[in-house]
Amino acid sequence: MWALSAVETEAIGLSLKVALWAVLVSVPLGVFAAWVLARRHFYGHALLNGIIHLPLVLPPVVLGYLLLVLLGRQGPLGAFLFDTFGVTVAFTWKGAAIASGVMAFPLLVRAIRLSYENVDERLEAAARTLGAGRIKVFRTITLPLIAPGILAGAILAFARSLGEFGATITFVSNIPGETRTLPLAIFAEVQSPGGEDAAIRLVVISAAIALAALIASEYLARRLGRKG
Amino acid sequence: MLQLDIRHRTGEFMLDAEFETPSGSITAIFGQSGAGKTTLVNMIAGLIKPSEGHIISDGHTLFHSEQSIDVPPERRRIGYVFQEGRLFPHMDVRRNLLYGHRKNPVLEFGQIAVLLDLEPLLERRPNTLSGGERQRVAIGRALLSNPNLLLMDEPLASIDVQRRGEILPFIERLRDELKMTIVYVSHAVEEVIRLADTMVILSAGQQAAVGGVEELMSRLDLFPLTGRFEAGAVLAATCQGYDAEYGLAELSFAGGTLRVAGPEIDIGTRVRVHIRARDVSLMLGRPELTSVLNIFEGTVVEIAETDSPQVDVRLDIGSPLIARITKKSMHDLNIRKGVTLHALVKAVAIDRRSLQGTNAASRPG
Repeated sequence: MWALSAVETEAIGLSLKVALWAVLVSVPLGVFAAWVLARRHFYGHALLNGIIHLPLVLPPVVLGYLLLVLLGRQGPLGAFLFDTFGVTVAFTWKGAAIASGVMAFPLLVRAIRLSYENVDERLEAAARTLGAGRIKVFRTITLPLIAPGILAGAILAFARSLGEFGATITFVSNIPGETRTLPLAIFAEVQSPGGEDAAIRLVVISAAIALAALIASEYLARRLGRKG
Repeated sequence: MLQLDIRHRTGEFMLDAEFETPSGSITAIFGQSGAGKTTLVNMIAGLIKPSEGHIISDGHTLFHSEQSIDVPPERRRIGYVFQEGRLFPHMDVRRNLLYGHRKNPVLEFGQIAVLLDLEPLLERRPNTLSGGERQRVAIGRALLSNPNLLLMDEPLASIDVQRRGEILPFIERLRDELKMTIVYVSHAVEEVIRLADTMVILSAGQQAAVGGVEELMSRLDLFPLTGRFEAGAVLAATCQGYDAEYGLAELSFAGGTLRVAGPEIDIGTRVRVHIRARDVSLMLGRPELTSVLNIFEGTVVEIAETDSPQVDVRLDIGSPLIARITKKSMHDLNIRKGVTLHALVKAVAIDRRSLQGTNAASRPG
């Protein structure tokens, strides 16, 4: 009963690929968004904060539908992407990564923002009196000090991406080999008669991956802590 | 040399200062907390932008409101030792020291490490250092960035009172051996007397006075600012002998010889002596049998009366000396301007900690 079928391995691989890309692309954006929210004071700060946190409170289906309207082949952004770069995201694994990334973004930003707020700005001022420009200060002082927060946020976002269901199925559907990630595969198995064994296998694997991610983050955080 | 003329407004607070600091010596910015001292040095460092005015360091304009010049802190070449050290917690001492390192044949890494006794600390983390060690690292880090000017904002404030004396000799070395130009913020009179040559007195954001330490410390009108309790004349003196049998140092100054109980000082050492006004008594006529070793004849040049039952009397004994006596004594002895009398200073009353070599000690002659 524990032998994985080709379809199941494919779902696992796809899930990891989607979640990794979602995290890779959203970390730099998250670092920037967290910096804006933590350090900049401007008109519309609360609005931006609200927009970034929207995926946390919006039903995933609503978000998936919004993405479809926006990024579908006929959507304003989707049409632009296709016309200029020849890229299609709707109903592809890239779309699945976008859906996961958007859903996980607030968790990522919250974690990084917290660590920004814990960085003593007086250390950054001290670095500047020692001849470091803004970029060097960010690279050598701020970034190392928020690294544990980035790591925590990235792991959280990765785990959240692995579990993404509602927005994904609405935006990119449930196409085997293209957009059928683990949760979608489990859903499909549960829906089909005699799929319970396969569903249980995938559930156990999901749990194992999530647990491995947590353990890895603990380990990395401890290593960072020693270094930092 | 630093030339500064700035005005700055934040809310209700108005800061107004204009002074020059001579090169190769320490200028103290002195005042109570809230007087605007830290704001002022932050402006010199470029961390706060003044509302108007200019700051010029060794001929380089760092800030000029009319010419719209505002050099960012990283290009000012001004070292800054902060009150709390501000070492980078994610780096060891060596990496902290090398953070802003600019090569300089005079301020070379090994030499600074020896000067500040940093060798044993190099591999340690800032959170394992004591307050004094942390400040030594902070001083070394600022020096290694090869600054034209060093700002020190109450560098002893975060250190236990008992251990402050361990840091002072290191700061004296910067002044005497490295000839650093230093702007030193403090609200402690004794630190200023021991370290600085020039002082700027700030009071509620306004510059109350600027001038030599000895001159300003002897001004009666500044006593409310220089500290009522600690107030007193500051004399420049040279050690000319030491009486080992009785443990007395003999210090010659413009008004004669002062004998002070304390540890041996090398002959020829220039020292600055702080004689608190409350340790000086006055006497009409010739004192005969008395336990007081230091007796100086002088003329009353100024009397400052306050609401309190005390008055401060400034005498000219060849250099200024200040005595704090009661109003009753003043009336009983009929002390007026121009009267000649004797001032008595107990040899044991003088704070031995103030008997340290001053800047002048390292200068020939």
